[in-house]
Amino acid sequence: MILFIEQLLNGVQFGMFLFLVSAGLTLIFGIMGVINLAHGSLYMVGAYGTALGMSWTGSFWGSLLIALPASALVGWTIEKLIIRLLYTRDHLDQVLATFGVILFLNELITILFGRSPLFLSIPEELSASLEILPGLNYPLYRLLIILVGLLVAAMMRWMITRTRAGMLIRAGTTHREMVEALGVNITLLNTGLFVTGAVFAGFAGAMAGPLVSVGVGMGEGLLILCFVCIVIGGVGSTKGAFVGSLLIGIVDTLGRAFLPDVLKVFLPPATAAGVGAGVSSMLVYILMALVLTFRPEGLFPVKGRKAA
Amino acid sequence: MISVHHEGKVGLVILLLLLFLPQVTAAFDQAYLVSTATRILIYAIAALSLNLILGYGGLVSFGHSAYLGVGAYVVGILGFHEFEGSTFLGVPGTLNAWVTFPLAVLISALFAFLIGALCLRTRGIYFIMITLAFAQMIFYLFVSLEQYGGDDGLMMMSRNVFSGLDLEDGETYYLLTLIVLGACAWLFRRIVDSRFGRVLQGGKQNELRLTTIGIAPYPYKLAGFVIAGAGAGLAGALLANHMEFVSPDFMHWTRSGDLLIMVILGGIGTWTGPILGTTLFLLLEEFLPVLFHELGWSLLSEHWRIVFGPTLILIVLFARGGLHALLFHEEE
Repeated sequence: MILFIEQLLNGVQFGMFLFLVSAGLTLIFGIMGVINLAHGSLYMVGAYGTALGMSWTGSFWGSLLIALPASALVGWTIEKLIIRLLYTRDHLDQVLATFGVILFLNELITILFGRSPLFLSIPEELSASLEILPGLNYPLYRLLIILVGLLVAAMMRWMITRTRAGMLIRAGTTHREMVEALGVNITLLNTGLFVTGAVFAGFAGAMAGPLVSVGVGMGEGLLILCFVCIVIGGVGSTKGAFVGSLLIGIVDTLGRAFLPDVLKVFLPPATAAGVGAGVSSMLVYILMALVLTFRPEGLFPVKGRKAA
Repeated sequence: MISVHHEGKVGLVILLLLLFLPQVTAAFDQAYLVSTATRILIYAIAALSLNLILGYGGLVSFGHSAYLGVGAYVVGILGFHEFEGSTFLGVPGTLNAWVTFPLAVLISALFAFLIGALCLRTRGIYFIMITLAFAQMIFYLFVSLEQYGGDDGLMMMSRNVFSGLDLEDGETYYLLTLIVLGACAWLFRRIVDSRFGRVLQGGKQNELRLTTIGIAPYPYKLAGFVIAGAGAGLAGALLANHMEFVSPDFMHWTRSGDLLIMVILGGIGTWTGPILGTTLFLLLEEFLPVLFHELGWSLLSEHWRIVFGPTLILIVLFARGGLHALLFHEEE
């Protein structure tokens, strides 16, 4: 039971990373109609920014001051130079151009930092564990990630439902031309949104830095999982991205942790381990297939949005 | 500039000339180029098959390398069991190409059928993401198959045996691949020009109109998706034999991206464009580092992708029509 709760928390924490990346992705697609494969690279930029900041300032918090502006700057540059030209293009062009961005950024990072992955350490003051339940010690750092993720989600919810910018974003998702016709500077809105998404992705990368190995292409696997989250949640919906991310985070983590054991009840142990590993890595995609079969538009389709 | 009406004749002449490539390269002491050429021909088959759904059907499949990988693994796994003398779910392994190649095509087609049936329920952006996601699923499936080498891939002890042909000989294998590519190019042309192909192209332009004249697009798109998957499977079977090695790397998602680029580079929705695009792409991949090295730009010779990425973006943004548009012109 203790182990189950621990893995559940791990799943929630992984879901938070997924949410931070997919929130930007879904908004960028929802309002601008652009599919940005390079969004995962911003996660990578965040992680490398933290690595650089750690070596300069020696403190995790100081390194955030480098990682976040770095991802904002990279995001801003990508938007100005490339994404801007893609608004009116079809999805195929967007896919290929942003694929080109990935190739470029991956190679640039390789030149700057080398091929071998970097390992960061959890900041001293957060390396402790907290006894959240009798007998269950959970790392403080991971708890903090969950907390921050929830905070960002709440903030985003507030921003989208209560502020003027959020109103414009909602309007832009469904009636882009109308918003523009009413005199809103949609270019500025787009840039702002893109940079915000970039900072979220970079932030996720910065926090993930101490937990995973920081390597070239680290954002790509995550990006594909984020696509799964978005498809499950419904493209353009932040609520969908949140629910989808949590669902995927939990299902993936629990599947990996427990599926081989569960299968041992039905299968001989050696086969169970092999099949379990295979099935658990496919679990989230099977979940996506199920959702698609019954709700092709995702769990929270954006109302009024034309099928893209 | 040549009229597209002569595209078939030009293609045939080039195909016939390429039959002599092994002699030419041997004369210049560059025999290793035959292996490079074989690789190009194999990927050209995969690009041709992708072009059927991408170029003519307007379906942006971002997971095409998965079917190539499945085809390759069918050959690899059958070879593995033949060597071990064991069975796969009761089926004995074999190196007989008359068995392995049709099986590779069939099983890739089956994968494409299952995945396509689901993916084609969606369109546009969803379709791109989902084909990518399912390809990733297949990738992880093969990574987790410890018995077949998992992450590291599976070495093949020998190439398949085709009655009477010595496939271990690089030259013979090249000629076989060339003939298969020629046959595929001819076949895909026939498919595109058939009623089926017209419906597929009609679906790209306007699905509503198709529906209005009484044709349901879904079965046609699914059939196209399955044919494309089968074509990639054939390429995979050839690739496995060529490399004598299969690995999940064949179906890494960037390989799917590469296939898309090959098609665009050559000319999307054209007959021979994908072959041209594949040739340019793989030649650049092979010789760009060498070129930079010769020029003394050592940094770029190792990191040539930093040039390749932006070039790709520029081509996508500004040079539509690809190589095909440079060589052939449409007649009014």
